[in-house]
Amino acid sequence: MVPVVLLVLVLRESVCAAQIEGQSPGWFNTDTTATLVFSFISLVIVLYAILSVRSGRRFKIREIPGLKAVDEAIGRATEMGAPILYTPGWGGDIQRPTTIASMNILSSVAERTAEYDCRLIYPTHDPVIMAVAQEVVKEGYAKAGYPDRFKPDDIFYISSSQFGYAAAVDGIISRIKPASIFLLGTFEAESLIMAETGNSIGSIQIAGTDSTIQLAFFIVACDYTLIGEELFAASGYLSQNESTLASVKAQDMIKILIALFIIAAMIWATIRPLSTWWKF
Amino acid sequence: MRTKIPLLVCLVFGIMMFGQYFSAHPIAKAVYNNILEWWQIIFAFTLLVGVASFARNSLRNISQRKEPIHRSIALAGLLVMPVLALIGGTKTGSPFLWSFQNMLAPMQSTVFSLLAFFVASASYRGFRARTIPATILLVTALIVLIGRIPLAELISQSFPKITFWVQDYPSMAARRAILIGIGLGSMTTALRVILGIERTYLRGE
Repeated sequence: MVPVVLLVLVLRESVCAAQIEGQSPGWFNTDTTATLVFSFISLVIVLYAILSVRSGRRFKIREIPGLKAVDEAIGRATEMGAPILYTPGWGGDIQRPTTIASMNILSSVAERTAEYDCRLIYPTHDPVIMAVAQEVVKEGYAKAGYPDRFKPDDIFYISSSQFGYAAAVDGIISRIKPASIFLLGTFEAESLIMAETGNSIGSIQIAGTDSTIQLAFFIVACDYTLIGEELFAASGYLSQNESTLASVKAQDMIKILIALFIIAAMIWATIRPLSTWWKF
Repeated sequence: MRTKIPLLVCLVFGIMMFGQYFSAHPIAKAVYNNILEWWQIIFAFTLLVGVASFARNSLRNISQRKEPIHRSIALAGLLVMPVLALIGGTKTGSPFLWSFQNMLAPMQSTVFSLLAFFVASASYRGFRARTIPATILLVTALIVLIGRIPLAELISQSFPKITFWVQDYPSMAARRAILIGIGLGSMTTALRVILGIERTYLRGE
């Protein structure tokens, strides 16, 4: 009932807005045909991989050093009696896939910190992310069997200002001196400020982001960096959930298809330089 | 029921937002704009939750005498800025804008300028030629750095050409490979959320 009501409300308001505008181009934008075809191919491959798992097929993904080090980072913090700091960066909001991927890793980290009774600090720039992170961590502690160890005040909002947030996280790192730092999410110019401060106090740092510019900084300043799709594969890797692993495998299949397409287009363009069928 | 409704909302609106991308029709555009407006309203309410969390944390720390000076200054800033905006407005010459331009902006610039020092220290560590790949990185970085300054043409005419070749071919190829991976990862994550496979945001239920 609720989704239907929401849908009706959105459509009613949108029809009114569209009538005021008074234009009526076609329903389908032909400029997006290639994207639509690619999306459907990808959807079919993902569904195929998920259905294969349901019919008994098993998928494995290669070892990812950054994720293998999660236990090492939590263990080190426990031995030192120091907390763990986890930040999703300043650049993203909850709609962003990177933030969702970061939440999946947070869930596994929370489960382990609950087991080891290690304090987990999560400063954020976005109140929506704060609310979701509180729920995710609370669930992680409950799953581990220690719901009483969960401290909601350790997951807190700081500021929506980029450098206000960076300065606050820097201050927390300098004062609390966490044994391990997780920098997983969407980062912008604040990435190196945080990573270098973490490096200066000798923390184990595991980082990952979807920004190629910030990845270079993380590689230099952090101990482990999740590059590209590794951040998104983390959910399946850590949880070993079969459906999630299947979608990660589907990602590899799509990548092989793209590589084959690029090779075919390259050969074609070399043989027939004037041909443009592969351009879109 | 507690998870079924959010999952259904996610599925319906996920498909709708996916569909609207392929349409130029005014109704599709209006749907997109309306949902963005709804999102802004939700965000405004959650901002109150964030501010409450910040104030509660600060007050607790002050009462427990943990960093009382830092916390008091932060809390004072949170209270004073809205009061200044309410009393004098936000136009040119108002106390709010004066505080913003003369206090907040310089503080933000100061933190941003720290980046220059952090880049220097990180580069020093990153460019140490300890292994063959690190040496290749160091040599390439030197070529690119020298190639981007006016002096490069005086040293050799080919310096700028080599620099642009490094940026346009090997560097761009690696970057695109990473971007394809990120794009596919984002897409499969979005699909997992829309199809209800990924439920961490619903406490994993």
